[in-house]
Amino acid sequence: MKILVPVKRVIDAYVSIRVKSDGSGVDTDNVKMSLNPFCEIALEEAIRLREAGLASEVVLVSVGSSEIDTVIRSGLAMGADRAIRVDADNDVEPLAIAKLLKHVVDSEEAGLVITGKQSIDGDNNQTGQMLAALLGWPQATFASEVEIDGSNAKVTREIDGGLETLSLPLPAVITADLRLNEPRYPTLPNIMKAKKKPLDVVALADTGVDTTKRQTILDVSPPEERSAGIIVGSVDELVDKLRNEAKVI
Amino acid sequence: MSILVIAEHNNAELHASTLNTIAAASKIGGDVHVLVAGSSAGDVAAEAAKVSGVAKVLHADAEHYKDGVTMELSDLVVGLASDYGHILAGSTTSGKDLLPRVAALIDSSQISDIIGVDSADTFKRPIYAGNAIATVQSSDATKVLTVRSTGFDAAELGGSAEVVSIDATPVNGATSVTSRELTVSARPDLGAADIVVSGGRGVGSAENFKIIESLADKLGAAVGASRAAVDAGYMPNDYQVGQTGKVVAPNLYIAVGISGAIQHLAGMKDSKVIVAINKDEEAPIFSVADYGLVADLFEAVPELVEAL
Repeated sequence: MKILVPVKRVIDAYVSIRVKSDGSGVDTDNVKMSLNPFCEIALEEAIRLREAGLASEVVLVSVGSSEIDTVIRSGLAMGADRAIRVDADNDVEPLAIAKLLKHVVDSEEAGLVITGKQSIDGDNNQTGQMLAALLGWPQATFASEVEIDGSNAKVTREIDGGLETLSLPLPAVITADLRLNEPRYPTLPNIMKAKKKPLDVVALADTGVDTTKRQTILDVSPPEERSAGIIVGSVDELVDKLRNEAKVI
Repeated sequence: MSILVIAEHNNAELHASTLNTIAAASKIGGDVHVLVAGSSAGDVAAEAAKVSGVAKVLHADAEHYKDGVTMELSDLVVGLASDYGHILAGSTTSGKDLLPRVAALIDSSQISDIIGVDSADTFKRPIYAGNAIATVQSSDATKVLTVRSTGFDAAELGGSAEVVSIDATPVNGATSVTSRELTVSARPDLGAADIVVSGGRGVGSAENFKIIESLADKLGAAVGASRAAVDAGYMPNDYQVGQTGKVVAPNLYIAVGISGAIQHLAGMKDSKVIVAINKDEEAPIFSVADYGLVADLFEAVPELVEAL
């Protein structure tokens, strides 16, 4: 079984976000870019399934310009066998990304897709579910445990009230939540090997997908700042403030 | 065009977030219809009909809607979609699972996690974990939106909408829920509570969380935890408040032994009043707190319980 892992390049999770003063977006110039953390978790899970003999090959796929190749190589260094980049702009909307991914899933005849539950830039949390819909496959989002048993998957999901276990047939789309695993760090030999792993580029025109935007970003602003209040001297003063000033208890 | 709100419920009562979603729908302008798909969920349909601003409740009853599984519900919602200009659900784990699937099936681009309605086609939503707010205009004929409940005050009761039964879609059957381990608690739901008391790494152990719980019980509050406390195993993950957990905005948020990592602030900084209790006066949590108390939580919290 071939596992396809869609990944995204995002601003590194530890970089503080700067909103551009003209309201057009977030500053990405000279900012460290990394693999989206949830995509790393998805990739780790796919690699573990291959190491357990449950998958034959792990194929990374991403959508964007050649600028994202460095980040794709870091995924290859973690242990993906090869990668595919659909050559497109770096800001394609989730629905169009899902259509492009469907094209790749179909041509690769993948048996399972594992991806991150969301990217930490757009925070959309859409692509996996949309891909499952377009493929007509079942989906299991927010996975914290994945068990593959022949042609069936048992996925424990993190839901609002606790945990849920879902049983679903393969092929399917699974999206990774934070607790699924701890991704490995690439070793130096694997970083060297990753440079020679295949990275195929698919031209947008060959996919037949229309990536015209459906949404217009009219403005991006910093959130309202919350200012610090006061430091109280004692528990009694705190209780007094909450009762008589804030009137919340 | 009318607006369709997908109700979330447990076949007995509406989930609190549905009231916020209905409030968001009312701001768009147009008749608001609420879909209650469940199994023997007539009480839920009747409850939805009483929510202010609701014009009609569509009630689909079938055994395969019992667990609210996306594979069953998406067929139903897609079948209804052509009658609606907007389809909304709460940004809960169910809503986030269901709506993108619906959106793709009707070829609509979704706008996730809206916190404001500027007009019928323009919405505000947080990006980068709330470090920026985007204003997004949609050109899709049917707009698909998930609603962050903290962005909208809950709709009140006071309506009397008609309840219309609609046909169930055939069983899809692709996925089945084999088990659910739900946290059983007498305390209010974290996402809907008026008061939340959260503990962080400073609490020190799962055992010590009893201190947090005693304060919560005194205030009738929900209990939350920071990611550090969850990662340390003090509390289960569904208690987590923050970027990777739940986003809450209660009237009063009391952060105990929480340093205030950006990750945590993303989940609670829209609370109306924030109290921080921490022995480290340099802790970043104090920069967002209305009232800070620099003290050892093991002394201050029992004293607070006593004083309330």
